Amino acid sequence: MSNNDTKAPANKFLTVVKKVVSHQMFIPIMALLILAIVNLAFDPNFFKITLGKNNAGNPILSGPLITILDYGAETAILAIGMTLVTAAAGGQDISVGATIAIAGSAMLRVLCGTNPSPDTIQAPIIVAFLVACLVGMACGAFNGALVSFFKIQPMIATLILFTAGRSIAAWINLNKLPVVPDPKFAYFGGIIPGIPVPTPIFIMIACVLIMALILKFTNLGLYTQSVGINEKSAKLNGINPILIKFIAFVILGLCVAVAALIKVSRISTINYSVIAKDIEMDAILAVALGGNALSGGKFNMWASILGAYVFQFLTTTLYKFNIASSALPAYKATVVILLVFFSAPKVRETIGKGFKKLKESIGKSSKGAAGKASEGEA
Amino acid sequence: MKKVVALIMTACVAFGLMACSNSDKKDTTAANNETEAAGKDTEKAGGDEGGGSSDLIKVGIINNDPNESGYRTANDADLQKMFCKENGYDASFAYSLKNDEQIKYAQGFIQDEVDYLLLSAADTAGWDTVLQDAKNAGVKVILFDRTIDADPSLYEASIVSDMDKEGETAVNWLAGQGLSEYNVIHIQGVMGSAAQQGRSGALDKKVEAEANWNIVKQQTAEWNAEKAQQIVQSVIDSGTSFNVIYAENDDMAKGAVAALDAAGISHGVGKDVIVMGFDCNKWALEELLKQNWNYDGQCNPFQASYIDAIIKDLEAGKTPEKTIIMDEKGFDAATITQADVDNYGI
Amino acid sequence: MDEYRLLEMRGIDKTFPGVRALQHVDFTLNKGEIHALMGENGAGKSTLIKVLTGVYSKDAGTIRLDGEEVKIHSPQDAQNAGISTVYQEITLCPNLSVAENMFIGRGNGKITNWREMNDRAKALLERLDIPAKATQQLANCSIAVQQMVAIARAIDMECKVLILDEPTSSLDEQEVEKLFGLMRDLKAMGVGIIFVTHFLDQVYEVCDKITVLRDGQLVGEYEIRDLPRVQLVAKMLGKEMDDLSDIKGEHEAYHSPDADMKIFEAVKLQSNAGIKPFNFYINKGEVNGFTGLLGSGRSECVRAIFGADRVIGGKVKVKGKAVKIHKPKDAMKNGIAYLPEDRKVDGIIGDLSVRENIILALQVMKGFFKPFTKAQAYAFADEYIKKLNIKTASADTPIKSLSGGNQQKVILARWLLMHPEYLILDEPTRGIDVGTKVDIQKLVLELASGGMSITFISSETDEMLRTCSRLIVMRDRKVVGELSGEDLTQSMIMSTIAGGESDE
Repeated sequence: MSNNDTKAPANKFLTVVKKVVSHQMFIPIMALLILAIVNLAFDPNFFKITLGKNNAGNPILSGPLITILDYGAETAILAIGMTLVTAAAGGQDISVGATIAIAGSAMLRVLCGTNPSPDTIQAPIIVAFLVACLVGMACGAFNGALVSFFKIQPMIATLILFTAGRSIAAWINLNKLPVVPDPKFAYFGGIIPGIPVPTPIFIMIACVLIMALILKFTNLGLYTQSVGINEKSAKLNGINPILIKFIAFVILGLCVAVAALIKVSRISTINYSVIAKDIEMDAILAVALGGNALSGGKFNMWASILGAYVFQFLTTTLYKFNIASSALPAYKATVVILLVFFSAPKVRETIGKGFKKLKESIGKSSKGAAGKASEGEA
Repeated sequence: MKKVVALIMTACVAFGLMACSNSDKKDTTAANNETEAAGKDTEKAGGDEGGGSSDLIKVGIINNDPNESGYRTANDADLQKMFCKENGYDASFAYSLKNDEQIKYAQGFIQDEVDYLLLSAADTAGWDTVLQDAKNAGVKVILFDRTIDADPSLYEASIVSDMDKEGETAVNWLAGQGLSEYNVIHIQGVMGSAAQQGRSGALDKKVEAEANWNIVKQQTAEWNAEKAQQIVQSVIDSGTSFNVIYAENDDMAKGAVAALDAAGISHGVGKDVIVMGFDCNKWALEELLKQNWNYDGQCNPFQASYIDAIIKDLEAGKTPEKTIIMDEKGFDAATITQADVDNYGI
Repeated sequence: MDEYRLLEMRGIDKTFPGVRALQHVDFTLNKGEIHALMGENGAGKSTLIKVLTGVYSKDAGTIRLDGEEVKIHSPQDAQNAGISTVYQEITLCPNLSVAENMFIGRGNGKITNWREMNDRAKALLERLDIPAKATQQLANCSIAVQQMVAIARAIDMECKVLILDEPTSSLDEQEVEKLFGLMRDLKAMGVGIIFVTHFLDQVYEVCDKITVLRDGQLVGEYEIRDLPRVQLVAKMLGKEMDDLSDIKGEHEAYHSPDADMKIFEAVKLQSNAGIKPFNFYINKGEVNGFTGLLGSGRSECVRAIFGADRVIGGKVKVKGKAVKIHKPKDAMKNGIAYLPEDRKVDGIIGDLSVRENIILALQVMKGFFKPFTKAQAYAFADEYIKKLNIKTASADTPIKSLSGGNQQKVILARWLLMHPEYLILDEPTRGIDVGTKVDIQKLVLELASGGMSITFISSETDEMLRTCSRLIVMRDRKVVGELSGEDLTQSMIMSTIAGGESDE
C-alpha cells in the first residue's frame, strides 16, 4: 500500500467530520444525544413508552419522550415565527408571552361570553380559535408595523405589548377567570378520545409541515434572508422589505394564536399574569440554540425547532433530577450558556478551523504512521 | 420623526394601561401609569358631586395592580365595595406595582389632606420619609396585606395574613387524614415570596419531624399551572409513587390534577391522591364541592371590614392593636358547602 | 541606502474556504523605505496586510521584525511590535479632540494628564507640520488632516513599520502632496512604509520599491527605476497589455430597422435625491453614459430611472408607452435592470450563496409563489458562472468570500439572467482589477450589438470613451450637455464639465 492510499481515507474522514461538526444542526443534535444519554444512565426506562388509560377511560401513551414532545410543542411552534422575525428584522419579539395571554383571553371570551363559568360554550371552538388567530395576527401586525414602517428596534417596539399585554388580556375578560365547560376544548392540550398520542404533538407537526410547504412553495425564505442580510440590496432587487418584515411578525402572531390554543386548552382556563410566562425567552433561546444569528440574515428553521426541543428536553431533565428549586435557574442558565456558546456561528467557524489544522497535521504525519494506519484499515 | 414615534409609543402604552384599569372600575384612574405622560396623579373617587361634603371620611388607598392576581382583584373589589359614599367614605384609589410610584401617590394623598392613608406597599423598604410626612400632616396610616420596614410609631395599625399559619393549618389538616404514609409532591410558588416561604415552611418542618412523611418531589412551578403539570408528569414518568399533592396555589393544583387525569390516576375524596391548593378561587372551591380536590387554604383578601373597624375605633378615640392577623380558613372537601363557595370564593 | 532589513515575511500561507489567498508569499521591507504593494483585486494584498496586522492568523510562514521572529495574533500584538496601520476609512473617533484621538486607548490604565497630553500632541503636530490644533474636534478637520492625525498617532506609538492602505482615495491633489511630504519625512526618520494603492502615478512619485502579487502568489520585488509602468501593469495582469486599446472597433454597432426606437424616455424626471429635473432617452442597442465629477448627480439620475429613489415628478415612456415607475420592481417589469454603484451596500446579499445571488432578481420577477426548483437555480448559476468566468469554489459559496471583481460579475449575472432590454451599469468597474474591467467593457459592447440598450457610468473617462456612443454630461446635479460622434474626446468632456457659461 502506498502512502497516498492511507493518507486519503484519513483525510476524507476528517473532511467529513469537519463538515458534520461545523454544520448548524450539529450542536442541537449533539445536545439532544447527550441529554438522552444522561437520562438513560440514570433511568434505564427512559425510552419506555407505555399505553395506559386516562381518568376519562381513553387510551393514552405516556413516557418521558412523549412528555417532552408534548410540552415542547408551544415553544417549537413559536420558534417557527421567531426564526422568521429574527431573520427579517434582525431582532426579537419579546411580547409573545403577553400576546399568548391576549389571544387566549380572546378565545375564552368567545367561548364563555361574559359569564366566567357558563354551563355550555357560547360559540363553536373553531370560531373562538379563528378569533384568537385574528387577535394574534393583529398583535403581530401592530408589532410589525412599528418595526417595519416606523423602523423601531424590534425589542423596543414589542416592549409595548410586553408591558401592556397581560393587562389587556385581563381587560378582555373583565378581569374574570373563565373556565371552559366543554371537555372537547381540552382535546387540543390533551388527547382526542381514541387517539393515544397527545394532540399538541400533532398540532406541532402540522405547523412544521405547513411551514415546510410554505418554504418550499414560496420564496419566503429567500426574501426574508435577503431583507435580513442586506435590506437596501433586497429593495433594489424588487423586494419590499417593509412588507416582508411585516409578514414575518404577522406569521409569528399566527404561531402565537396556535400556541395560545394549546396553552389555554391544557388547563381549560387562563391566568393572565403567569400563562406562558417567559416563553418569549424560551423561543428566542430556541432560535439561538439552533445556531441562528440573532442579528438576523441566514436562518435554518429546522435547527430552531430542534433548539426548542433541546430546551424542553433540558427542562424535563432538570425536573426529573431533584434539583433544589432555588438552584434550578442557575443550572438552566449554565447549560444554555454552554449550548449557545457552542452553536454561535463564530465558534462553529473556529471549531471548523481546528479540524482543518488537525487534518493537515495528520496529512503530514500520516507518512510516518502509514504502516500502522494501513494495518488498521485492513 | 423619532419624537413622533416616541410619542405614539408612549400613547400606546398609556392607552393600554388606561384601558384595562378603566374597565371595571370606572370611578378610579391613576393607573400605574409608567409614562408620566398623562401627568395626572389621582382623581377623586365616588363622583365629584358629593366630594366636598365634610361629614365623609377622606381616605387615600394605595394598592398593587388589581390585574396582578385573582387575589388582588378580589382584594380591590372588596375595598371598592367598603369605601364608598354610602358607608361614609370619600375614597381615592391609586395602583402601582412599583414602590417609587406608590410613594409619589402617597405624597399626592398627603397634599390632598386625606384623613387616612391605606397602604399595601410594593416593597418593604423606603417608606420612612413619606410616612413621617404623613404623621406631621396629621394623616393616619393603616397598612394592609403587607408590612413594611419602618418604625411602628409611623402607622396606626397593620393588617396582615400570617402565611406561616396558613401553612400550619393546611399541614395539620393533612396530618389529620391519618394516612399510614405520606408521599408528597410539593409544588412551590415563586421562591422567596412570603406565601411560598410560609406554605413551604410548615410542610418542611413536618416532613423533618415525622418518619412516615416523605417529599417525593419538591420543585417550584412559579405559580404556573403548566409548569406544575410538567413537574407532576415527570414524577409519573419516573414511576415513583405518591399520594399527596401539596400545591402552594390553586393554579398549580389545577395543573397537577391535569397531569393526574391524563395518567389515569384518581384524586379527590376517598381516592388515590389527596389534592391540596391555596387561595380559594371560586372554581377551586367548586372542585372541592365536586370532591375532586381535598383541601383549599384561604389567603384572606377581604381586609376592608378590618380596616373599617380600625377607622371606626380611631374615630372613636380608641387605640387599635398594632398588628392584626386575619382569620383564615381551610376548606375540607368533606365539609364544604355551596354557601362557602359563594362567600369565600374569589 | 541603508539596506537594514526591518521586516521579513517568509513563506506566508493563508487559505479561506475555497480560496488559497496567499501561497508562500515573501515580503521584505528595509529601514527608511517606501515600498508599494501592488496587485489586482483578489491578488492577496489586503490578506497579506491583515496577516501582518494580526487581523487574520496565517496558516504557515514566519514574520521577523528587526531580525527576530515575532508572533502576531491580534492587532494589539502588531501595535506592540511596532506595526501601525492607517486605513482608507478613518478609524478614529470624530467626536473627540485631535489630542484625544492621538492618545486614546493607550493609557494602560494610568490616569490621563490632559495638559501633558495636549502639549505632547501639539509638539508632534508641529514636528510633522500637520495643520491641526491639539484641542480641535477631529470632525472639524478635513479628511486629509484626519488621515495625518491617524499617522501621527501611529508615529507617536513608536512604530517601525507604517502601513498605509489606500490612504489617498478620498484626498484631492494638494492633500495628496501634503501626505507625500509627511511620508518622506517619516522615511528620513527611518520608518519603513508599506504603501497600498491603485494609483500608478503615486507609486512612481513616492515609492522606492514595488512588490507585485498576483492570484495569491509573489510575482516579484522590483526597484522602482527598473520597472516601467507598462511592465508593472503587465506583471499585475500576468499578460502583456495589448487589448486595452480599441475594443469598440471589434464590436459592430446594432444595425436593425428598430435601431432608432426609443427603449426608454423620460421627460422632466425628478427624484427626492436632490437632482434637477432632467430629460433622457436611449435607443435600442445604444450605449450611452452619464459623466461628470463625483457628486454631480450621475448616480442619482439612473437611480431615478430605476425607481431606486422616490420619484417626485416627470413622465416616463418605455418603448413609446407611458408607464409609471415608482419602485424598482416596476422598472424590472418594464425590462430595466440596474447594477448599483456601491456593490457592498446595494448589490450583494453577503451571506447568501452565489447561486441565490444570481437568481434573486429573476426570482422576484417570477413571483413570490413560484420559486425556482433547486435544479433550475443550479442550472442558471452554472451557466453564468461559466459565461462570465466567475471564480468561485462552487455555486453554494457565500458571495462575500469572493473577491470584489467576482462579486461584481455575480451581480452582473443576476441582471443579465433577467434578459433586460435596458441595462444600467453604475460604476461596474470600480475597485476591480484591470482584467475584469476589460472583460466587462467587452461584454457591454457585445450585449449592445445584440440589441440591448445600456447606460454606462464610470469615473474613468477613457473607459466611457471606449464604450459609449453618446455621453450626457452633468454638473451640480444638472444635465449641462450631451456629446456624441466627433465630440467624444477627453478634452471636450473636460471643457463641458468645467463649462464656461451654463445654459441658464
